[in-house]
Amino acid sequence: MVDKQRVDEATGTKTVGHEWDGIEELDTPMPRWWLWTLYATIIWGIIYVILYPAWPLVNSATEGVLGWSSRGEYEKSVAAREVELEPIRQALVSTDIRKLSGSPELLQAAIEGGRSAFKVHCVQCHGAGAAGSKGYPNLNDDEWLWGGDMEAIEYTLIHGIRNPDHPDTRFSQMPAFGRDGILQPNEIQDVVSHVRVLSGREQPSASSARGAVLFEANCTICHGNDAKGDRTQGAPNLTDAISLYGLDRASLTETVTNSRYGVMPRWGQRLDPATIRMLTAYVHSLGGGETLPAVEELNEETLEQVNGDAVTNEAEQSNTARSGQDEQS
Amino acid sequence: MSNPEEIFDPQLQLYEKRKGVYPKAVDGTFRRLKWVIMAVTLGIYYITPWIRWDRGPYAPDQAVLVDLANRRFFMFGIEIWPHEFYYVAGMLVMAGIGLFLVTSAVGRAWCGYSCPQTVWTDLFQHVERAIDGDRNAQFRLQDAPWGPKKIAKRLSKWTIWLLLSVATGGAWIFYFADAPTLARDFFTGEAAFVAYATVGVLTATTFIFGGFMREQVCIYMCPWPRIQAAMMDENSLTVTYKDWRGEPRGSVKKAQAQPGSFGDCIDCNQCVAVCPTGIDIREGPQIGCITCALCIDACDNVMDQVGRPRGLIDYVTEEDAEREKLGQPHTPVLKTLFRPRTILYFSAWGAIGLAMLFAVGNRTRIDISANHDRNPLYVQLADGDVRNAYTVNLRNMENRPREMEISMSGLHGAVLWTNEGLRETAGQNVLVKVPADSVGRVRLFVAAPGDGPARKEFKLTVQAKDDRTAQDTHDVFFERPEIAE
Ligand code: SF4
Ligand code: SF4
Repeated sequence: MVDKQRVDEATGTKTVGHEWDGIEELDTPMPRWWLWTLYATIIWGIIYVILYPAWPLVNSATEGVLGWSSRGEYEKSVAAREVELEPIRQALVSTDIRKLSGSPELLQAAIEGGRSAFKVHCVQCHGAGAAGSKGYPNLNDDEWLWGGDMEAIEYTLIHGIRNPDHPDTRFSQMPAFGRDGILQPNEIQDVVSHVRVLSGREQPSASSARGAVLFEANCTICHGNDAKGDRTQGAPNLTDAISLYGLDRASLTETVTNSRYGVMPRWGQRLDPATIRMLTAYVHSLGGGETLPAVEELNEETLEQVNGDAVTNEAEQSNTARSGQDEQS
Repeated sequence: MSNPEEIFDPQLQLYEKRKGVYPKAVDGTFRRLKWVIMAVTLGIYYITPWIRWDRGPYAPDQAVLVDLANRRFFMFGIEIWPHEFYYVAGMLVMAGIGLFLVTSAVGRAWCGYSCPQTVWTDLFQHVERAIDGDRNAQFRLQDAPWGPKKIAKRLSKWTIWLLLSVATGGAWIFYFADAPTLARDFFTGEAAFVAYATVGVLTATTFIFGGFMREQVCIYMCPWPRIQAAMMDENSLTVTYKDWRGEPRGSVKKAQAQPGSFGDCIDCNQCVAVCPTGIDIREGPQIGCITCALCIDACDNVMDQVGRPRGLIDYVTEEDAEREKLGQPHTPVLKTLFRPRTILYFSAWGAIGLAMLFAVGNRTRIDISANHDRNPLYVQLADGDVRNAYTVNLRNMENRPREMEISMSGLHGAVLWTNEGLRETAGQNVLVKVPADSVGRVRLFVAAPGDGPARKEFKLTVQAKDDRTAQDTHDVFFERPEIAE
């Protein structure tokens, strides 16, 4: 082929000597700086291979003299973030939980931290959206067995519910009315009828009338004369639309016959106080959180202050809104 | 180009050393035009970031500012948000079509006059001539052995180049931050690292491209000459040596000795001497020619001296060249300018421009969008109502804080409140304060009676308190449990 090499007349450049159907290629010399650039990238490549992890081996790779690794990079940035977050954690722990809602920025930081911690520790029972399921409370709604203000939520988180061998745990036990022979099966059915009437699931009947009498004698101690429950004992309100174990006849019969015994770990043992506070703030923020009466005024003042620089909002006539709040919940 | 003997030089097989170009100073119409364009383009580049533009207390007062940190682009009276980036895309498309238009009408005018590579190379060459002298002096200096004089000249030339380069790189960063503040921070060492790095990189590229690479950038690195070649046709103006008039070449003396047997070109090589890319236009149109027209000036000067008509080298379209060879008159200028191709480019360019102007004039500066909570979709409340939650983004694109009212319609018996309000006092609307020029985010709760369709569409509307016509609506769903029990 080389014999076909010739000098192209129009350009004065040599051809490479190949020819395809009359098409020839010019052998234009590369500019010298182009070659320099190529050599520079080769040198760069060699230096890179020496400094950084490069060659794959059977089970690992060469490490490079700088000792850099992406995992190390990740760990470094996590550690750096921890250092950044430390002041927030400190501030959280040292702030009175009753006044937390008075510092919106700290509160917001706590909520975001809680959102992450919730995904690690709480979703197993309460679900990713904190909506719970049968036997595991929905934390988004406005019914609370043990109280839904910040203090109550934090107490529940620290001490857990029905923890064995822990004196401060939230504790109560509903009698197993059927198993222990306190009520006969037909009486249990009457109580079930009454409870369903209480929450509007059934029309009053002879059975429910009999159940009302039994309820009065056996249940009002914990659930109250009005059946609205008692938070000091974790006794649920039986008159509303929410129930933990279901308001159908079968579930209610099971509850009254054998009782229920829901437990929750005491996180005070496993998590640091800052994380618990974050979880508290997050759960409180989900939509059902209740306010503490003592910090009403503080709330208002500080909220006014931040109105200028942060995105804040107010329901119209929110002043009256905040003070009237606690009675109803 | 190189002659055949050179080609078989083994050295040349692998690479080609850059041949130095030492363009001679020249004066003339196009040279003056280039001066004006250089002054205007450099002026725009250096002065723009320092122009102030009052936008009130909540926005920067720099007329042109690319605010990367806050993701805003300010250009005089127009402010562009990231989601409106299609305006910038539109401007780039217009710039592209504009270049096509210019190229199809007047050829590589961009290359010859306004490309930064051309402008800065030109500037650097003027510096070179000021220090080293004109073409011949530069040749001599290049070949001279290194001595105190050469070293002094080289050092002073490079220093000036470097200063120009620093100024070039330095001006760039002012487009990305408040210029006076950044200037102060830059010199006191307080500016961000990226500012110094940017200046460093641009200084290096300006110094190397303007001082040493020059025509190599145009010939080997830039894609634009290839694209422009496709944009041009037989009606595009291009710098042409009229070989039918100039050939055969012969000096004035020879022409006097044998009148009638020589063309107008006196083979003085002036057109080659002034060419900034070092080519010979008499070899015909070629990729190395950026159509700077300096050879026209040089040749016109020569023609004036020898008393022959100007325009041996001239801007001519290919078609006119053919006509001229046949002794026919040129096509009228208007006819070459207004031909289907240019009219098409111009209409596309104008249509995009008008559409963007219209869109900019009519855009609303308020915006609502709502994301329905996915998990849980709905929450059963104790009193039998059902609650849904939404994350609502409110865009306030005005340069003042605004109070906005979110209201809803199409959901029977519903109330709404935000994470800072309470259900007990919730109503049909809620007020939110959104700071100037930013996005306000609120969590919105909506509660409605539990007995209703499992999925109901309704509208969330945001309205500015200070201007009731500014409003935006977003359609969202309200979800309920299928049927209780
Ligand atoms: S060839 Fe490229 S770099 Fe050279 S003048 Fe034209 S556009 Fe500019
Ligand atoms: S040939 Fe003439 S127009 Fe082309 S680059 Fe050289 S001087 Fe400029």
